[in-house]
Amino acid sequence: MGFLSQIVNGLGIGSIYALVALGYSMVYGIVQLINFAHGDIIMVGAYVTYLVLVVAGAPLWVAVVASLAFCALAGVGIERLAYRRLLRKGAPRISLLITAIGVSIFLENLFQLLFTSSAKSMPNLFPGPPVSLGGLQVGRVTGITLVTAVALMALLQLLVQKSRMGKAMRAASEDTGAAKLMGINTDTVVAFTFAVGSGLAAVGAILYCGAYPLINPYMGNLLGLKAFVAAVLGGIGSIPGAMLGGFLIGVAESLTKAAGGSQITDAVVFGILILVLLLRPAGLCGKNVREKV
Amino acid sequence: MEKQTMDLPAPPPGCKKRLQRLREQSPRLRNLLLVALLYAVFAVPIAGGSINRYYSGILIMICINVILTVSLNLVSGFLGQLVLGHAGFMSVGAYAAALFAMHSGLPPAVSFPLGLALGGLTAALFGFCIGVPALRLHGDYLAIITLGFGEIIRVLILAVPFTGGARGLTVKTTISRRPFAFFTWAFALAALTAFVVYAFIHSRHGRAVVAIREDEIAAEASGINTTYYKLMTFVLSAFMAGVAGGLYASHVGALTPVKFDFNYSTEILVMVVLGGMASITGSVVSATVLTVLPEVLRGFSAYRMLAYSIILILVMLFRPSGLMGERELSIEKLAGFFRARFGARRADGGKGDA
Repeated sequence: MGFLSQIVNGLGIGSIYALVALGYSMVYGIVQLINFAHGDIIMVGAYVTYLVLVVAGAPLWVAVVASLAFCALAGVGIERLAYRRLLRKGAPRISLLITAIGVSIFLENLFQLLFTSSAKSMPNLFPGPPVSLGGLQVGRVTGITLVTAVALMALLQLLVQKSRMGKAMRAASEDTGAAKLMGINTDTVVAFTFAVGSGLAAVGAILYCGAYPLINPYMGNLLGLKAFVAAVLGGIGSIPGAMLGGFLIGVAESLTKAAGGSQITDAVVFGILILVLLLRPAGLCGKNVREKV
Repeated sequence: MEKQTMDLPAPPPGCKKRLQRLREQSPRLRNLLLVALLYAVFAVPIAGGSINRYYSGILIMICINVILTVSLNLVSGFLGQLVLGHAGFMSVGAYAAALFAMHSGLPPAVSFPLGLALGGLTAALFGFCIGVPALRLHGDYLAIITLGFGEIIRVLILAVPFTGGARGLTVKTTISRRPFAFFTWAFALAALTAFVVYAFIHSRHGRAVVAIREDEIAAEASGINTTYYKLMTFVLSAFMAGVAGGLYASHVGALTPVKFDFNYSTEILVMVVLGGMASITGSVVSATVLTVLPEVLRGFSAYRMLAYSIILILVMLFRPSGLMGERELSIEKLAGFFRARFGARRADGGKGDA
């Protein structure tokens, strides 16, 4: 029973990783950029939630909507200000990556200036008794997290596979140049991708705050890294891969902690990443593309 | 056989010019004299006691950062592989050097340099063990995997018994009490690092390394063993970072794993990028400026990282290859620049008179 509940806990935190990983994965799929600032979008989302919920005293749903909207806007803004110029010029990927790191440092320090580096505590977002999932007692937060995450991922899959914009996204990720020639406005597609990814990160932020109600300007750092690990693990650019990777990382983490190795959890996570990258460089669900000359 | 393969591809016209430029920049006695002069400018006051411990400490930190920046530039600028775990190698070197100096029982005059060498070798060993698997990947994946290894090293330092864990390790070396000797060591090592990287880049191996950066597939097709050169550069860079770590251990006197986190790696990367990817003198200048600046701007320390990040983004947006790009600073060029300006003005003045 203990083992099973550890697995469920792992799936809970893993689904948050998966939500954040989707943002990394979609952006990478289209512009081949590891958006290092994505982890910090989680932090931004958490602070917006805090402001609306605690400082302004609004109900939870307002906070969710505000945080979603703000993060989506922030994502688009970052793309517009920091990345677009480089993307248009076809700058080397190393420049893009360094820019992303710059944006990440910027956000962290901006929020440290605005809110100081001391942690702010969130109220209990999802109060109530534990729920039972198939005879297993699960914390309410874990239950809500799992259900929300799975629903959102299904929705995203639907969006990408069925909608017009989704079709454009898939086309752009296959070949941006060709997509442009087909009359797709790739700038819009990229902006839309950033918006969706950042929105998902905002949801991830709120769910994360439900489980760990302390927020600080650097919370996105490790969370983002692990989500990125999840994205790479599953095969970057692939949506089901991001989910799989997220769940895997979450469960691995939770089992390591349960086995008494909470100190080396991060090492285990990165160890798994390294192992997978070496055995299957494209990730578990990734396409193995041969480099063309 | 090797020579033949190296000679095969006909150099494009721009390449010849570049080679010519490289030949002109060959190390000269003058550069050595210049370095000696630079050393004297700082060393004499330290020896005379007119520079206090605070300032000599900053000078030593500059030397350490120069080593780190130049060595990272070797991998990021010349080899073109983004490494985000440089602080990890530094930490390995720092702990190895500190532990050796403390437990070897040798007199400090022997244990300090031996400790530095050991620190470098340990870091190089780690670099080798990490490089063999990691360098099979490239681009973004290599960046991530080095980041991962950097974090693993940090976590391992926390977990193993002999490093003091999160409480840290108090380093007991005597060299830090003699600023003149310490500065001499640090300066000599920084100058040596710059020289070694310079010589390496201008050697056959260096040309192979730059060829890999320009086009890995073409380099491989021209008979360059890309894996070998990548690994060699990576290990060399890790070695230098380890030596810098050893210096750092003696300098700060107390090691904690938190100091060697991802942020320190990015800070070194910022120095490389600002100075110019593939510019050694650029690295030296930017490492110096970015070490001194926070000390000068003590009152604005809250804004330091904010300013760093904005500068980093702007430089990437408007000068993606860094402020200096691939160019090197040299006295001749500076002199030429001033002569041209001064000369032009004089000519102007002459015209005005007539």
